Amino acid sequence: MSPTAIEFKGITKRFGDFYANRSVSFSVERGSIHAVVGENGAGKSTLMKILYGLYRPDAGDLVINGEKRRIASPAHAIELGIGMVHQHFMLVEPLTVVENIMLGDEPVKNRVLIDRQKTVVRLFELSEKFGLSISPYETVGSLSVGLQQRVEILKLLYRDATILILDEPTAVLTPIETEQLFKTLKSLAKVGNTILIITHKLDEVLRLADRVSVMRQGELIDTLPAASATKETLARLMVGRDVLLHVEKNDARPNDEILSIKNITYTDAKGVKRLDGLSLSVRAGEIYGIAGVEGNGQSELLKLLWGMPEEGATVSGSVAFSETPILGKTPREIAALGVSHVPEDRLKYAVINSFSISDNIIFGRHYERDFLSAVGFNLKKLWAFCAEMLSLFDVRSAKGVSPNERIGNLSGGNQQKVVTARELTRPNLKLLILAQPTRGVDIGAIEFIHRKVIDARDKNIAVLLISAELGEIISLADRIGCIYKGAIRKEFSQTEVAKRRETPNEFEKQLGQFIT
Amino acid sequence: MDKNQTRMNTSKYLEASRPILAVLAAFLLGGVLIIAIGKNPVEIYGKMFSMTLGTGYGVGQVLFRATPLVLTGLAVALPFKAGLFNIGGEGQAAIGTIVCAAIGAALSPSLSPMLAIPIGLIAAMLGGASWASIIALLKTRFGVSEVITSIMLNFTAYALVGYLITYQFGIEGTMRTVEISHGAFMPRLDALTGLFPRSPVNLSLFLALALATAVYAVVYKTKYGYELRAVGLNLEAARYAGINTNFHVMTSLIAAGALAGLVGANYVMGYKHYYEAGGVNGVGFLGIAVAMLVNSHPLWILASALLFGLLDYGGLTINADVSKEIFLVVQAAVILFVIASQKAFKQME
Ligand SMILES: Nc1ncnc2c1ncn2[C@@H]1O[C@H](COP(=O)(O)OP(=O)(O)OP(=O)(O)O)[C@@H](O)[C@H]1O
Ligand SMILES: [Mg+2]
Repeated sequence: MSPTAIEFKGITKRFGDFYANRSVSFSVERGSIHAVVGENGAGKSTLMKILYGLYRPDAGDLVINGEKRRIASPAHAIELGIGMVHQHFMLVEPLTVVENIMLGDEPVKNRVLIDRQKTVVRLFELSEKFGLSISPYETVGSLSVGLQQRVEILKLLYRDATILILDEPTAVLTPIETEQLFKTLKSLAKVGNTILIITHKLDEVLRLADRVSVMRQGELIDTLPAASATKETLARLMVGRDVLLHVEKNDARPNDEILSIKNITYTDAKGVKRLDGLSLSVRAGEIYGIAGVEGNGQSELLKLLWGMPEEGATVSGSVAFSETPILGKTPREIAALGVSHVPEDRLKYAVINSFSISDNIIFGRHYERDFLSAVGFNLKKLWAFCAEMLSLFDVRSAKGVSPNERIGNLSGGNQQKVVTARELTRPNLKLLILAQPTRGVDIGAIEFIHRKVIDARDKNIAVLLISAELGEIISLADRIGCIYKGAIRKEFSQTEVAKRRETPNEFEKQLGQFIT
Repeated sequence: MDKNQTRMNTSKYLEASRPILAVLAAFLLGGVLIIAIGKNPVEIYGKMFSMTLGTGYGVGQVLFRATPLVLTGLAVALPFKAGLFNIGGEGQAAIGTIVCAAIGAALSPSLSPMLAIPIGLIAAMLGGASWASIIALLKTRFGVSEVITSIMLNFTAYALVGYLITYQFGIEGTMRTVEISHGAFMPRLDALTGLFPRSPVNLSLFLALALATAVYAVVYKTKYGYELRAVGLNLEAARYAGINTNFHVMTSLIAAGALAGLVGANYVMGYKHYYEAGGVNGVGFLGIAVAMLVNSHPLWILASALLFGLLDYGGLTINADVSKEIFLVVQAAVILFVIASQKAFKQME
């Protein structure tokens, strides 16, 4: 077998007149971990979708294991041993883990009956071998994102994939989960599997990858060994200019308390305690960061703050916004108080995929006077607002971003920018609730969004930041609460945070201890 | 790039002509069937087209039959935009019709049309709307699937209407209600303009046209419609955006009921002037096909309803030569071909 697992040869992909990929050529060695980096919209996902048979290239060839192939469909790709974990998971949430894993490839006994047991056995073998433990009979919808991703990976291994494509797998993971994933990927590569990984996190590239390819505006800029790269060089290659990796900020000058959460307990419909006596407060003009591993009550806290507790959940305690109790209020009433919210799962909660960009940029704000006319929308104002936001937040897409374009056609990071733009610019904003605000966003844009969040804080807005990214928490937050099993286990005051920020790596480790 | 441009243009034309091609294919299939029963398809189709589109009366009949289909098509399309499948048009139409007939009959014969017609229309709408509100309530209060309740309520409506015609509002010994007040007669177009002589097409046609336009405008141009579509596309996101999703479920279903109820206006006020048992049966179900054929687009429903009106009346005109069933096959083939062609093209993209 040839030592090259994949060779991209002059791959070109157009959407209309727009080149998402323009003669991209590079090769990936078997048994290696190969990273692909680039700005939002650089064409990374598109290239991977071509390899996975979801798109057909307009020009160029794919050589898989030394043979030229035309990959017609994902089914064909899987046959060739190529599997992909998408930026947005492709799981059937109401089904169990086993059912998801065997879906499309169900083992059968006596000709007709599904042999679930067989899958379970295979599943255990695989999880043992690669350290991917999971409980087979849980429904996927009830799993944390990290575990859902594990299911995706197991699904590929179950299908004997030897080339694994992962599109921003760590965007949704905590440091510990990331660590586990990397261990898994390394052990997979060691036994001869080939890993292609897209990520925006340059540390990860340096830590994990053997080689890295950099893309910019559809073109391949360079492929280099990770060992010879640094964050700065990669950033420069990606963006074409020097990037500030940490935004600077001055000390917060907090004022009155805006959000006060007292002794909240949240028991879900199944009787599981998700929040257990959680208390915290956020003041105007400060950023309160909640650090924590996903699944320790962050989602429930967010739902509660936005007036959307699940059906059947019981809640006690109090949540007040400038002394107005908000438990039991609807999202609309809460928004009207001057609260804004970037939810954690953009696709699920924050955008309507088949709506246009302009329809999405007012989604949830569409009842604001400014956007309405006597009977419908004031299209002129709406478009002006949209155009302003798109340029202010540097949203990029094919055809030079028209407000008319479906938001689903934007790259992941650019969708996030649209949501952030919408939520950061609400009129009368007093409290900003941000969950994973830079998930899937490129480093240039992270710099930009962080800047905007700090600006908001300096305008005396209270910010509650929930992020799985400890680095993000450390560089943005003025106070930090570590959430663990539904309560704030440890809180760092403003002076403590200011002091510890000087040694971010150590601080990260310290935080790590309080969240596990 | 130029080449690309032309390619895009041709594909646009192709897209537009797609339903037409599908309809032609369906007629072709019908032709084969006609040959199979030993008749000449050219002759039969010729007869059909000359008797439907070739005469004023024929066109009037087609328009008359298209009118209720526009209404029941809209009754499917509107809730569909909110992610709801209203299969209850049948029952809503029946209740709307009986209420329209009963109220119309109760009006004083001397009442001016300026009052009597609006009262009749409102009665029809209220009838349909109240029937649909049961579905809406069960859906929003208890989360019962609207598909199930709307099917069940169709049968209930049939039974209820049968009972009412037999025991309450009917003329003894017949299966029809008494005639409505003269004032509530909806003028026929031939009486007003002399067009479409002797055909029952009446002012309800314009009502249906206006309503299709109105539904289009509401769905695509208003805040309500924007929210409605959001609810249909992503319920959870709509909630996050502060949209009262139950309100949209409620209102779209009730409005759908009112639309379907207006079938009664066309039938009772514009045509029979009484309700004869079974008179509006089937329009609700056909409405589903009418809406599905054009992806629930309110304006395209007009075209779709016309096509079904044509097939419906066309079948009758050649009843003597080929059995109606042949035409039902053509009807079904049209639906299948159009839907299949949509799916096939989508896959090719
Ligand atoms: N189906 C499509 N139709 C039109 N344009 C598309 C489509 N898919 C992607 N694009 C455009 O192609 C470009 C590349 O998108 P792609 O998703 O590959 O970016 P990416 O590098 O993965 O970005 P991100 O880091 O934000 O995920 C973007 O400008 C996007 O708007
Ligand atoms: Mg991407």
